[in-house]
Amino acid sequence: MTDSSLNISIKNVTKTYDKFYALKDISLEISSGEFMTLLGPSGSGKTTLLMVLAGFTNPDYGSVKFGEDEVILKPPHLRGIGMVFQNYALFPHMSVEQNVGYPQKLRGVSVADTNRSVQEALETVKLAGLGHRGVDELSGGQKQRVALARAIVFKPKILLMDEPLSALDKKLREEMQIELRQLHDTLNMTTVYVTHDQKEALTMSDRITVINDGELMQLGTPNEIYEHPNNHFIADFIGESSLLPVSVKKGLVFFDGAEIKISTPVKNDGDFILVVRPEKAFITSENSDNVNIFAGIVLDSIFQGESQLLVIKLNSMSKDEVILRVRVPNGSVTQVALPAVGQDVKIGLRVADSYLVS
Amino acid sequence: MGGAILEKLNEEGLQKVAFKERLTLLGLTLPYLIFVAALIIIPVGWLFYLSFIGRDGGFSFENYERMTKSRAYIRIFITTFKISILTTLICAIIGYPLAYFMSQLSRRWASICMIGVLIPFWTSLLVRTYAWLVLLQKKGLINNIALDIGLISEPIKFVHNTTGTLIGMVHIMLPFLILPLYANMRSIDKDCLKAASSLGATPTRAFWTVFFPLSLPGLTAGLLIVFVLCLGFYVTPAILGGGARNHGSDENFQ
Repeated sequence: MTDSSLNISIKNVTKTYDKFYALKDISLEISSGEFMTLLGPSGSGKTTLLMVLAGFTNPDYGSVKFGEDEVILKPPHLRGIGMVFQNYALFPHMSVEQNVGYPQKLRGVSVADTNRSVQEALETVKLAGLGHRGVDELSGGQKQRVALARAIVFKPKILLMDEPLSALDKKLREEMQIELRQLHDTLNMTTVYVTHDQKEALTMSDRITVINDGELMQLGTPNEIYEHPNNHFIADFIGESSLLPVSVKKGLVFFDGAEIKISTPVKNDGDFILVVRPEKAFITSENSDNVNIFAGIVLDSIFQGESQLLVIKLNSMSKDEVILRVRVPNGSVTQVALPAVGQDVKIGLRVADSYLVS
Repeated sequence: MGGAILEKLNEEGLQKVAFKERLTLLGLTLPYLIFVAALIIIPVGWLFYLSFIGRDGGFSFENYERMTKSRAYIRIFITTFKISILTTLICAIIGYPLAYFMSQLSRRWASICMIGVLIPFWTSLLVRTYAWLVLLQKKGLINNIALDIGLISEPIKFVHNTTGTLIGMVHIMLPFLILPLYANMRSIDKDCLKAASSLGATPTRAFWTVFFPLSLPGLTAGLLIVFVLCLGFYVTPAILGGGARNHGSDENFQ
């Protein structure tokens, strides 16, 4: 544990609005220096949890500790956190330098030291030389960098970010994701990052906490969450997936009456869902022992640049259509030619990639 | 391309279209301009011209000399400014916290408050001023109650003096301060205040370093409107202040 960061310990945090649970008994540990992402759809409670950490929302009950220090009763200005807001929240009546120097001024840091730390922070976010600009003269990306510089200038041990990249365009957002992650690795502050963008979460985080309807759904590394979602919701929310209804009887798994094999056995019988990631399914012509085969007809074939997405309607006896999406990388050497729309195809899914959720 | 001159398709036509659009926009100000010219610029200009005409009908500064030399005029000027400044200040002291309170409410409750602020406008200015006279006079409601419960032994002189003028004027001017101030405060990004406190500012510090500076445009607009209205205010000072002695705009009507 380095002295530049603190671990965060959240216990039993519950927040209700009337009878609606915004947060339901949330407990989680964030290690010192970790990049933790709170991921969920809008209205899931992820921002509420961040606001509880920052001190802007008081929960009904629960405990939040920074290191050994219980902070739940402390007002925001005594928590010593750096925070970056979704819409930057820069002070429009101050210049870039004044914005970044604001926390130092509050702390009574001398003018010389303030200037030095402001320059340092601006260099860190690659804005050196723009200090005299007014906030209105900056682009969106520059504004978010100023907001970031302002949040790190006083070297807080904990950095909170509330969807900081959501207002930027896609290309800039993807650049900033990498940069933010590098910045985190350099500064080594414990970072709590809120986003609804699952791809962003997968790209940036050490670990991800998935929240939905105020409940903690799953906590794990990006790999664990993507490869082994806990449940239907996460399988659907993280990545693109096709969800096929299957039933389990005496340990055997059936889709549409035909038996399929899966990677990890399930104990109890009942209805389950087979999660199929589009990049893991493939067009095939031959049967093989460790591959499950599904037959269907191509409904649509979409060119997406780096890949071709095939939308396939599986042959099934049930009334509801079962749709499977298959991603064929552009330029990949496949044994089978790309099928045309309306053509019958066989889709393969390796047993190792066949994963059930309830 | 090799230096070839590009054909400027439809350039002239497009310039004409742009010119027409600007002309149309200018046309929108026409009714206002006619109104102002006929009813304000011409008569006031005429008055201004007359102010330079002496008793003998020739050009002279004698009217202005009279104004600067007569003690009565100077006193009236001073009183006018004094009352106007005081009214403006009191409005700011009462109005700022109220506008702040309203800006923190949900839109629904803020609208209800706003109705409360605007309701006085439904009653004529004259009626409201006389109502104050009824309440504040020697044998008025306020003095009677204060006497009855033993708060005072002698009736307090509320009207026909500066106090009465101020009470009445503040009451009438307050909405003019609150409206622009509230609109300004509403537009202040609440996250800015959150940012300030997350960065270590106490609520007081966050208010003075962030909220107050950001509310200045609204406050300035409000103060200006109130002050200017006060300078030209006649009815209320005349009734509650007690005659021509007090306010400059009174004199204009003599």
